[in-house]
This record gives sequence, structure tokens and C-alpha cells, in this order.
Amino acid sequence: MALISVNDRAIDVDATPDTPLLWVLRDHLAMTGTKYGCGVALCGACTVHVDGTAMRSCVLPLRALAGRRVTTIEGLSVDRSHVVQRAWIELDVPQCGYCQSGQIMSAAALLAVKPAPSDADIDAAMAGNLCRCGTYPRIRKAIHRAAELLAPGRET
Amino acid sequence: MPTRDRARAKRATPRNEAPADTGRRDFCSRTARLGGGLLLAMTVPAFAGRPGAPGVATPTELNAWLQIATDGSITVLVDRSEMGQGVYTALPMLLAEELEVDFTTIRIVAAPAGDAYVNAGNGGQITGTSNSVSDAWERLRTAGAQARTLLIAAAADKWRIAPERCRANRGRIENDRGQSLSYGQLAQAAAKLEVPKEVKLKSKADFTLIGTSPRRLDTPSKVDGSAEFGLDVRLQGMLYAAIAQCPVQGGRVQSLDSRAAEAMPGVRRVLETPGGVVVVAEHFWQALKARDALKIVWDEGANASLDNGAIRALLDRAAAANRGLVAKQAGDPAAAIKSAAKSFAAVYELPMLAHATMEPMNCTADVRAERCDLYVGTQVQQLAQATAAEAAGLPPARVNVYTTLLGGGFGRRLEVDFIPAAVLASKALGVPVKLVWTREDDMTQDYYRPPAREEIRAALDAHGKLLAWQLHITSPSITARFDPSNKDPFDSVIEYVQNYPYAVPNFGLSYTRREIGINVGYLRSVSHAPNCFAVESSLDELAAAANKNPLDFRLELLVSKPRHTNVLKLAAERSGWGHPRPGRHLGIAFMEGYTSVIAQVAEISVKDGALAVHRITCVVDCGQMVNPRIVESQMESGIVFGLSAALWGGITIGAGRVRETNFNTYRLLRANEMPEIDVLLVASDALPGGIGELAVGPVAPAICNALYTAAGKRVRSLPLSVHGLV
Repeated sequence: MALISVNDRAIDVDATPDTPLLWVLRDHLAMTGTKYGCGVALCGACTVHVDGTAMRSCVLPLRALAGRRVTTIEGLSVDRSHVVQRAWIELDVPQCGYCQSGQIMSAAALLAVKPAPSDADIDAAMAGNLCRCGTYPRIRKAIHRAAELLAPGRET
Repeated sequence: MPTRDRARAKRATPRNEAPADTGRRDFCSRTARLGGGLLLAMTVPAFAGRPGAPGVATPTELNAWLQIATDGSITVLVDRSEMGQGVYTALPMLLAEELEVDFTTIRIVAAPAGDAYVNAGNGGQITGTSNSVSDAWERLRTAGAQARTLLIAAAADKWRIAPERCRANRGRIENDRGQSLSYGQLAQAAAKLEVPKEVKLKSKADFTLIGTSPRRLDTPSKVDGSAEFGLDVRLQGMLYAAIAQCPVQGGRVQSLDSRAAEAMPGVRRVLETPGGVVVVAEHFWQALKARDALKIVWDEGANASLDNGAIRALLDRAAAANRGLVAKQAGDPAAAIKSAAKSFAAVYELPMLAHATMEPMNCTADVRAERCDLYVGTQVQQLAQATAAEAAGLPPARVNVYTTLLGGGFGRRLEVDFIPAAVLASKALGVPVKLVWTREDDMTQDYYRPPAREEIRAALDAHGKLLAWQLHITSPSITARFDPSNKDPFDSVIEYVQNYPYAVPNFGLSYTRREIGINVGYLRSVSHAPNCFAVESSLDELAAAANKNPLDFRLELLVSKPRHTNVLKLAAERSGWGHPRPGRHLGIAFMEGYTSVIAQVAEISVKDGALAVHRITCVVDCGQMVNPRIVESQMESGIVFGLSAALWGGITIGAGRVRETNFNTYRLLRANEMPEIDVLLVASDALPGGIGELAVGPVAPAICNALYTAAGKRVRSLPLSVHGLV
């Protein structure tokens, strides 16, 4: 048994220490918002926050998570009220939607450290998240929009 | 069901929380029993499974696509699969336009497999060929109007007044005495009335919803992780499966030693199926590790030494052997070419491509003695049903198909190859089984876009006018495998050129079918993308030979087609055609397809031999738009798909094996590599045309035509990466 912190809850998980966090979340904890895309940190569909930093859960073994805080798409907000989610809804970003949990988690991690990111910041933060549907133009706009929503006095 | 609870042991439980497993009972509570079949409710969270949520109240079926509950909530059954293209929004909009309801409150349910949902153009319940909206255009507006008429009639009966004195407005029927009844109050009475044969549909001037851009109904569930894809299905007692398939297509198991795998933690069963060796375990990670511990000797079969060079040689030899079966001819192209002032010949080559949907193939099956429940992201509900039925040994009517959201389709989910193994595993173990392919499985066991050799011969007269144009396509057939009952010898791989848009007095199209031993399938923009590359590249080459501007050359050949010339002129205007920015070069391409027309201009630069794409200008006339924002999204989507293919897309085979196994070797465009995309939607009164596949085709030829302008280099094969340009 391993004790991990997911979305501010301490959870006992009965899985071998090599089990990637991705499968712990999906199969053991029924948090299926985090997606499997490649298994080797190439596509970003499995992105979660570990201690606030965007990480690929498909290559994070359970044993590496002791004492660290994991946040998944389910824990980003309880009511889709995170600025990134609000901006995503406003601009109708998703198409098939499969990669979007990962996109949103990467964008949220970016805004946490850079509340007004430049296009270059967005390129750097989002390059690891593939979208086969090609929602990239809308993702970029939505990140800028989320930054606007974050800025005090500029919220509309 | 004690046997089904066995696998529930040792499941993790969050502290102070109910068990995290959704469980079969919860799952069923999120579904509604409608029309005799249990339908999978998509998890649009505003509605799903919450106490008092619409849809929990008793629903009344007004037709195959519409349920109205006693509380007035509206459920639309969508009979096309949502794979990003927006059918869960666009199709309900058609029905809602006539029904007169608040669109934002509509709840979406995936329709079951059924003859009522057959797509006439596709000859089955198939989401493909970009015709979901055009197929539904009359059908769903009629369904909405019929339901509205019934509700009005029911209200008029109650009030004992003439129906003409009643009108529908936002979910209520109102009369001229100021009374009103909700649809929920009327639905049961309405359902007992005879469905009107003739209903008058609104004219365009009266549309209040069609042509506007309400937000997609599936967006909220796609920003909080609650959207349910096939991979996310969870059933009580469900086990997980991984599969080992022969790395060489067409091979089979020669010997299997599964002892080590069977001894691994959590492993419940190893079973051989026609599709491969399936390992079933309590969790997927266990199944995957055990799969990798299988000792399998493969009989690699006839493809053991196949490689790309051999495939190319097969096509070249077949093309040289004969001129192919003539699909279409006008005039005498051969004679015209022989006697023309200027003749032209070129061979264009298209590589195999993988679909690479972000969600790998997967299927969850729950086989019981008397029925099979299938939870799957599929573009072919009836074929999935028949396939599962055969594997389960049940009649098709005993198989319930619950279509989940699709994490990308692009034609890959027209195939059902991943279904039998899940069904056989569930049947063998007596519990639900979710079979998941890894990315590597998905990439190496695809039905690839067929490779094609497209040979063009053409001629110009003394004034540089196109006199003859002839295309000979050599390629494996998709249709011959996909639908053996289809006796049409002209495969869908040539479809685009059958509607060749340019006026030419001597025209020829012929096809030589040459199989290559590798599975080929339908990939987004099936014939349009490969053929458009050949057609539009050749048009540019011919314009150069005629000393004409590529835009003017095309316009002259489209002179009687105002929609075509309009998009070309607009694209030229918006892109700065004729006066590119310093260091930049422009290339143009046009395509007619899916009863839409599209023109794109690529703006590129070439520095030290490396090509960069800076901007794609896209002008589209797709007829009447249902939701313009979705049209715009699909243009962006198609362009990104086309860019990945043009720049890097190619499947290579070596020693019978697909060499590209993951996204490091099968490169897709990333956010930081995006050019600017400028989309102009042209207002149009034409009937709705397709949009999902449309924008893919012109991308590669527009880029290659720009490259010719920039560097005088003509690229006749894709991707550009094999030429060292990117």
C-alpha cells in the first residue's frame, strides 16, 4: 500500500511501486479525466500537477510520489471555475476533447507561474501537448483570455 | 452476481469516501431507458446522474431522435459519432430549430445501432464521408417539425381549439387566449397522435438557430475530465486486457509460452484469439507488464521481408504493366497529348499514413449468456454490433452498442478489428473486460492510408490553354477489403478526380489496383488529400509551362463556376497574392469536395534550404452553415492535419514491421510549430456541404507550390521531410 495525496485527499493505493501514476489515477482511483496517449511522455495527454508543476503521469511511478501533492483535472476546480476552464468554455476550444485535460493542466501550470504569458511562453509550455484535432489556435487564444480573466480589474 | 464481484477485491478506496469505482449500477443510473433500448447518456455533467436532473423523469419518445420527459427536458439521440467534428452540437441544432426549444438545455444521448439511423449516402449507420449534416439536413429538421406539430395538436385537443390558434415557443405551446402548456405536459398525449406526413419547414429567413454559433454542447464535459471516452468506461467487476499482435501484419502465433505472464500479479487469464494473444488482469498496468512477459514465436507470414522499396516497386511495376481501368474519359486525351504544342508528364507519390488518433483503440465488452453490451468509440455502430455478435456467438439483436465519445476518429474507427478480442475475453472470463491498445499497438497495427502512385500526362495548346489532362492512379484498394460485397472496381481512392473541377476538352482517369500486403483504410480526406496533391501540383506545373500566373491559370479553367472562382479570388486577395511580404513566397491550391469548395494559400520562406510555413489562408464555401464556429474549427483542424502529413507524415516498413511506433518517430505538428491560420467563411445559400475532411487536401499542394516559387524546386512526393526540407 502506498499513501499518496491526490486533489488534497490522502489516498491509500494498493499497486506495485512501479505502477505509473496515470494508471493509478485511472484504474485504481477512477479518475479517468487524465488520459493515456503514448505512455512515454511524448504527447502530454496525461499531464497532471505534482507540487504545482505540470508533469507527465504516464512516466511517474507510484514510488516517486511519497510526500508530493498531485492535482488532476478533476481537482482543478469543483465547478469548472478555474480561469483556464472558463476561457476554454468561452472559446469553445475542444474538438474530440481527448487531449484537453492535459492541455488545460499544462496551461494552468503555466499561468500559475506566468500570469501574463507571451506567445513564446505559451510555445514553451504547450509544446509537449499534442492535439491531433488541431485546436492549437484556440488554445493559444484561450490562454491569453485566461490571463485576462486573472488580471484584476480586467475581468469582463 | 457474486462471480462478477471477484475482481473488486483490493481496489483502492479514498479515505472517508464511498468507493471510487463508478460501478455498473451507477453507470446504469446515468442512462435512460428509452425506446426499448438502454441508451448511453453522455456525461454532459450538467445533466448526468444528478438528482432531479432532466432525463430522470419519464421520457416519451416522439420519434427516433427525440425524447421529451414529463419535466419538459429534451433529449436528442444523435446517430452520428462525436469525434471532434461537432455532430453532438450541429445535429441537435437542426432538430431544435424546428422544435422551438432552448438549445442550451438539450441533453445528448448516443443513438443505439438501428436501421432508423442509417445514413443513406453511406449505406449504413456510418459516420464518415463528411456527410453527417447534409444527410441530417432534411431528416432532423423534419423530425423537429413533426414533433412540434404533434405537440401543438395535443395542446389544441386539450384546449378544444383549432391548432392554428396555437404556437410553439421555447419549450411551451401557447394559444391566443394567453394559456400555455409545457412540452413535458403534452409529450405523452402528443406521442399517441398520428405523425403528420407533410410538415412545412422554416425558410432560411426564419432560422433563429441555424447559422448561429451556440457553444458546443460537449464542451463543458471536455474541460473538467468528465467526458466519457471508450477508454474511460468503467463497469462493476471489470477486468483489463492488453494484447500482443504479430509485429508483421498477416503473421500469426507459432508458439506461445505464457507461464511467466500467468504467474504475474493480478493476471487472470491469457487467451489466444484470432487477433492476437490477450492478457487479462485486474489492472491495465498488470496486463501490460504480463503481455510483455509473454514468450511468443511468431510465424511472420508473407510480409516478413516487406519494405517500402518493395512496395514502391510493386506500384511502379503495376503502373508500367497497363494503363489501368478507365474510370472516366472525355475526348481523346492520348491523341491530344501526342499532337499538342506542349506536353507534360509527371509522377506524384503519396506515402502511407497512420491515423494516430489521440485515444488509442480500445473496447469494453460485457458478454452474458443472453446478451452482449459493447462500449466502444466507433464510427460504425451496426458493423460493431455484427462483429461483436459473431465473436460472442449471439444474434446481432442481442448486442447493445453504447457509443462513447471518440478520442479522434479520422476513419480509424470505421474499422472493428479491436472489438472481437475484447468480446472473446469477456466471454471467456464471464466478466466485463476493457481491452486497451498501447500507442505502439495503435501505430503499428493501423489500416494505413494507402500509398499511391499518381501519373499525370497533360498537354497545352499554342496559347498555353489546357488541352488534355490524364491521371493514372496505382494504389491498393480500400473498398475491396472494407466491403467485399461492393463490386465497383473503382475504389474510393480515385473519387476526388471523378469530380475533377477544371474544364478540359480531353480528360482521362484510370486506376490500377495493386495490393501490397498491408492493411489499408480510410483516412480523413480519403481520396481528396492524395489526389488534390497530384491535381493541384500538376496545375501549377502546367501554369508554369504556359507562363501563366497559377491563380489566373486556374480561374480560366473554372470560368463557368462562380463558387469556385469566388473562393480562389478571395483567398488570393486575403493572402496578398502577387505581392508577398519580403522573403516570403505564396502557393495556391483549390479543392472541390463534399459539395463544398475551398481555396488555400500557403505563405512560406526558405532559408538555408529549410522550409518554414508562416501562414495558411483558407477560404471556404461549404453551403449553408449550421454552426459557423464549428466550421471554422474544422478548417483549422483540417489544416493542422494536412500540415502534419505534408511536413512529416509517412509510414515506413522494414522487415515487414512498421518502423514508426510512437510520436517521436511519427511526428505530428505541435503548438510551437503552428503557422498562423486565417479562415474566411463565405456565406452561401447552397445546401450544406461537408467540412470535416475538406481542409486537409489543399495544404500540401499549396506548400509545394509555394516552394516552387521560392526555390524553383518541384517536390512530387511527400512528406517534405524526406527531401530534407523540414
